[in-house]
Amino acid sequence: MSEKTMIEAIRECMRQEMEADDKIVVIGEDVGKLGGVFRATDGLQAQFGDQRVVDMPLAEGVIIGSGIGLAISGLRPIIELQFLGFGHQAFHQIGQQVARLRFRSQGRHSLPLVIRSPYGGGVRTPELHSDAFEAYYTHTPGLKVVAPASAYDAKGLLAEAIAGDDPVLFLEPLKGYRLVKDEVPDERYRIPLGKLRVMREGTDVTLIAWSAASVMVNQAAEELAAQGISAEVLDLRSLTPLDIDGIAASVAKTGRVAVIQEAPLTGGFASEIIATIQEECFYSLQAPILRITAPDTPYPLGGVEDYFVPDAARVVAEVAALMSESA
Amino acid sequence: MIEALRLMVLTRTFDEKATAMQRQGRFGTFSSVRGQEASVVGCSFALDPQKDWLAPQYRELPALIRHGYPIENFALYFMGNPRGGAIPENVNMLPLQISLAAQIPQATGVAWGLKLQGSDGVVVTFFGDGASSEGDVHESMNLAGVTKAPVIFFLQNNGWAISTPRKNQTAARSFAERALGYGIHGVTVDGNDLLAVHQVTEEAVARARAGEGATLIESVTYRTGAHNTADDPSRYIDQAELDEWVKKDPIERVENYLRAKGVWDDATAQAMRDECAAEIDEAMTKARAVPLAGPEALFDHVYVDPPARMEQQRTAWIERTAGA
Repeated sequence: MSEKTMIEAIRECMRQEMEADDKIVVIGEDVGKLGGVFRATDGLQAQFGDQRVVDMPLAEGVIIGSGIGLAISGLRPIIELQFLGFGHQAFHQIGQQVARLRFRSQGRHSLPLVIRSPYGGGVRTPELHSDAFEAYYTHTPGLKVVAPASAYDAKGLLAEAIAGDDPVLFLEPLKGYRLVKDEVPDERYRIPLGKLRVMREGTDVTLIAWSAASVMVNQAAEELAAQGISAEVLDLRSLTPLDIDGIAASVAKTGRVAVIQEAPLTGGFASEIIATIQEECFYSLQAPILRITAPDTPYPLGGVEDYFVPDAARVVAEVAALMSESA
Repeated sequence: MIEALRLMVLTRTFDEKATAMQRQGRFGTFSSVRGQEASVVGCSFALDPQKDWLAPQYRELPALIRHGYPIENFALYFMGNPRGGAIPENVNMLPLQISLAAQIPQATGVAWGLKLQGSDGVVVTFFGDGASSEGDVHESMNLAGVTKAPVIFFLQNNGWAISTPRKNQTAARSFAERALGYGIHGVTVDGNDLLAVHQVTEEAVARARAGEGATLIESVTYRTGAHNTADDPSRYIDQAELDEWVKKDPIERVENYLRAKGVWDDATAQAMRDECAAEIDEAMTKARAVPLAGPEALFDHVYVDPPARMEQQRTAWIERTAGA
C-alpha cells in the first residue's frame, strides 16, 4: 500500500493485468514511446513491446473499429481514446458497433474491450478536447460506463473492466489525473461495477456525483458542515450499471438530494438519476431535487471554463439555499 | 467449377424465391445478389472457411453459405427474427453489416489480431462502390497498410448505390488505384468472370498468408436486380446499360463455358436447378417453422453480465406480454 496519483494507479493496473494475461493489448494515439499524452501508458511499450502497445494512425474510427476486430480475433484490447471530445470521430463505431455486436451476433461475439478516455474539463485543454458526454454512452444499451473519482477506485474498477467480457467505456477525470492521490494497494484487486461509494456520511442532504465532480462535491460538503449542514456524498463510480439501491438508501435517510454533473443540464445523466429517485423513493423526499450542472452551451475555451464547470462555491450556495427553503 | 456454379444457381434461386415471398408479405426487405454471383462466389472459393474470416455487408449470401452460415438463418434474419443473426460457433464470420463500411475497420482488426496471434488466416470484407466513400474505408486501408494486416478489401463496383451512379461516388478512374496511396496491393478484375475473380482472390490470399499484407480488389460487376425489394430501379436505371449487363449474366457465362467444354447440357442444367429449388424450399420451410422470438429476444445477448435494471425490465416485459 502506498499513496499514488490516479494516473499512477491506472498505469499500475494496466501493467499488472498485462503481466497476468498476454491477450491484453493496448492501442491508441501516442501510447507507445511517449506513454500517452497523460503518461497513462508510460513504460508499457518498453516492457511489453510494440506488438502489445501500439501507436495507432490518427483515426479514432478505426482505432475503435479495429479494436472490435482484435477482440473478435481473441485478444483483449484496452483502447485509449486520447480525449473524450475525439469520441465523436468514433461515435458510429462505439454507439452502433461496439455496443451492439454481441446482440447482433446473438451472443457469438462478446467484446471484452475497454475504451479508456480522459473525461471532463478543468485543465485548460485546447478547444474540443474536454467534454462530459457520458450521457451519450449511458443512453447506449450494450455499453458499461465507469467513472472513478479516486486512485484506489480507478485501479480496482479498471481491473474489473479489463476482466469482464462486456465492453466498458472507462472515463478518467482529466482534472484528477495528478491532483487526486490516495492509498492504493500495490497488489492486484478488483472492485465490482455497480456499487457506489459513500464518500462522506451525512443526514440532511444527499449529494450525488461521479468522477472529478465527486472530489469537488466532497470539498463542498466540508464547507456545508461548517454551516451546520450534514451532507452525505455519494460517488457513483459506475453509471451503467447504476447502484439504484445505494442511492435509494441514502435518499430514504436524508430526504433531500442534489445531483451534480460537469455536463450541460438538458438530457444529462443527472436527469436520469432524478427520474429514478422519484420512481424509487418519492415519498422520502422533503424538497424538490436539485440539479447543479453546466449550462446548455458548448464546452468553452479554457479561459472561461471555470464559469462552465460547477464548483464547490456554487454547490455550497445552492445546497444551503435548498436547505433553508425546505427547512 | 460445377460446385461454384451450383452455389451461384442456389442463391439465384433463393433471390427469386425470397422476392416472390416478399411480394406476398411472407419475407422482409432484402437485397439480392443477382448479377454479382460470379464476383462473390469466385472470391469465396479462394478462402479456407476453417481459418479465414468473412466480414460481409448484406449482399453476399453465396459467400456466407460456403463459410457455413445456414441459409435458414439468413432467411430468418430478413423475416425479422433476431435469432437469424446467430452465427454458429465454428463459422468465422462477423454479423451482416447494415451500416455501410462499419465492418471494414472490424475486418482489419480481426486480420491484424490473427496475425498478432500467429495464425495465417485472412479476412475478406465485402463492400460496394457506394460504401467506398465512407471514412471507415480510408481509415481501414491506411491501418492495413501500416500493420500489414492480412485483409482483403473486396470492393464490388456494381455501378449503383441505390440510385446513385458510380460517377457520383468518385472522380477517380478506378477504385483499385486507391491502393497505391495506402501502400497496399490493388487490382481490378472483371467481376462477372468467375475464374478471373477466383484467381485474383487466390493471389491476394497467398500474399496475405505470406505476410505481405492487404489487397484491394475492385470487382467490376453490375447489380442487375433492384437495390432491395423496396427499391424501384425504373426511376433511375439506364435501361440500355442494364440490358448490356444482363447479356453478361455470370451464370450463363459459366454454363456457356461448360457447354463449350462438352460437360454441360440442358438436362444437367435442369437437374441442378431442381436440386437448388428443393434445397431453398427446405431452408425456407425450416425458417418459417421457427417461432417468432418472444420479448426475451430484446434482452438476450445484450451483455454477458447484464445490469440489474435491464434484468428487471426483462422480467417486466415478459410478464406484460404473457398477460396480454
